[in-house]
Amino acid sequence: MSGAVVQVRGLRKRFGATLAVADLSLSLGPGEIFGFLGPNGAGKTTAIKMLLGLVRPSAGGGRLLGAPLGDRATRARVGFLPEHFRFQEWLTGRELLRFHGRLLGLGAGALSGRIAALLARVDLTHAADRRLATYSKGMVQRIGLAAALLNEPALVILDEPTSGLDPIGRLLVRDILRELKQRGVTVFLNSHLLGEVEQTCDRVAFLNHGRIVLEHALGADRSGVEVEVRADGIDGEALAALGRIGGVTRTADGLVVRLPDAERVPEVARCLVTRGARLRHLALVHTSLEALFMQVMGDEARPG
Amino acid sequence: MSRLVTMVQLSLHEALRRRILGAALLGALAFLALYVTGFHFVARELSRHGPASILQRRLVLNFFTLAGLYATNFLGALSAVLLPLDTLSGEIASGVIQTVAARPVRRTEILLGKWLAYWLIAVAYLLTVAGGVLAIARGLGGFQIPNPALGLALMMLEVTCLVSLSIAGGARLTTVTNGVVAFSLYGLAFIGGWIEQVGALANNVAARNVGTIASLLVPTESMWQLAAHLMQPPLMAQLHVTPFSPASVPSPAMVAWAAGWTVVVLAIGVRQFSRREL
Repeated sequence: MSGAVVQVRGLRKRFGATLAVADLSLSLGPGEIFGFLGPNGAGKTTAIKMLLGLVRPSAGGGRLLGAPLGDRATRARVGFLPEHFRFQEWLTGRELLRFHGRLLGLGAGALSGRIAALLARVDLTHAADRRLATYSKGMVQRIGLAAALLNEPALVILDEPTSGLDPIGRLLVRDILRELKQRGVTVFLNSHLLGEVEQTCDRVAFLNHGRIVLEHALGADRSGVEVEVRADGIDGEALAALGRIGGVTRTADGLVVRLPDAERVPEVARCLVTRGARLRHLALVHTSLEALFMQVMGDEARPG
Repeated sequence: MSRLVTMVQLSLHEALRRRILGAALLGALAFLALYVTGFHFVARELSRHGPASILQRRLVLNFFTLAGLYATNFLGALSAVLLPLDTLSGEIASGVIQTVAARPVRRTEILLGKWLAYWLIAVAYLLTVAGGVLAIARGLGGFQIPNPALGLALMMLEVTCLVSLSIAGGARLTTVTNGVVAFSLYGLAFIGGWIEQVGALANNVAARNVGTIASLLVPTESMWQLAAHLMQPPLMAQLHVTPFSPASVPSPAMVAWAAGWTVVVLAIGVRQFSRREL
């Protein structure tokens, strides 16, 4: 695990009587887009703050880009967009980026070019010299994203980067995340928008009560599919034949066949029909991240 | 060092954009406009009522100049507390500070950058108003106080104490609590200074000691008392004919104490901010 971009073990944070993060251990590799999920108050933002050195862990520790958590020099290689994306609203968009660039130690020449490119990338060139106080919520979020990418970071930590964005803004964020992945940048994404996470992340972790309750590789899940089958007259021979195509599980009203990919679905139908079974229902089963989230978090995640 | 300079520039920019500088300048000009009007009438009355003795004339001009400087000192103290009051606590409360502190910048650089910027503003404000008062006194009354540089330096030290108190408090307290604490401490020093003066005039050792302890806790008022003593002709200072002539003159060691106090307050602020969970 020496090549891990983020490596933390037994991270714990207590605020007085409140245990915000109970025991957090995780590891992120280079170029990975990692989704950090959990209900409000699960400890996600506190965990991010510990990674960035904004909050000191009560116990445990770890490394970010090979350096201990909180290392100042390492922060020059990390991009961060905080949850409520509040910035000095009396600055213009360009001034905000210049200020952050100077804190990052970027030279004036390189910084001007970088600022122009990023303003264009987040579609804010037209508003670059307007004060942030006049920006819409989505515009502030996009300028915050540009600020997070100023230093061409090796690790980008985004806390709810798409909340408040319109569909076009979300598409922009998704495209940027894909570009980052192509460049080998690791992205730590905290989001409540499970659909967004599902489309962009390689792996997710579900956090509840300050503890990771499940890690789930989305990439691996996409490579396999499940088919729900309801038919009459399925005999032993048919079941054995299905077993050669994929994993078969009996359910209350039929079968679920696990296949390596969706290309093999017609084989399931052919296998049953040729063996005399009367096929009544055959459908792909898609377990959404939302369904998985509810399954993992249980009834307590439901309001009311 | 470059990041410290960046923080100073950002804070000066903030003061400009949030119209803090403009409001301070406008306030200074309004004060000086009123002062020049008052001084004009005083100078005219002195001329109209014939040849007052040189002593009487100096007494009146000394009183009016010291009154101007006293008001300047008070305005400087208010500015020193109010101008930087929310620069740190406001950014902590809003979360703005997270984006700054997540950069490769030391928290010491953030705090000292803000301190330096607001110290420059508060001192510039003080020197502008005090310089105006002295220029008016000289231009309209032909009166010049002794030791102006030394007196202004002591007033600057008072402003430095209060800017440090306001910034350091912001590292730990909310804006409103910080304001309450800073003004309470300033008030404590103010009333302590007067208790000391009354104690000295009444030869009451206990009262003097109470005042001295208050001055040791918060040395702002003692800086003004010493400045007021030095900025008056020795005879006027000895006569105690104006409220600006301290009966108990703070010792020069108090200057070193105030400087040390400022360093300790700033160090506490840096430590608090460095350990603060953002």
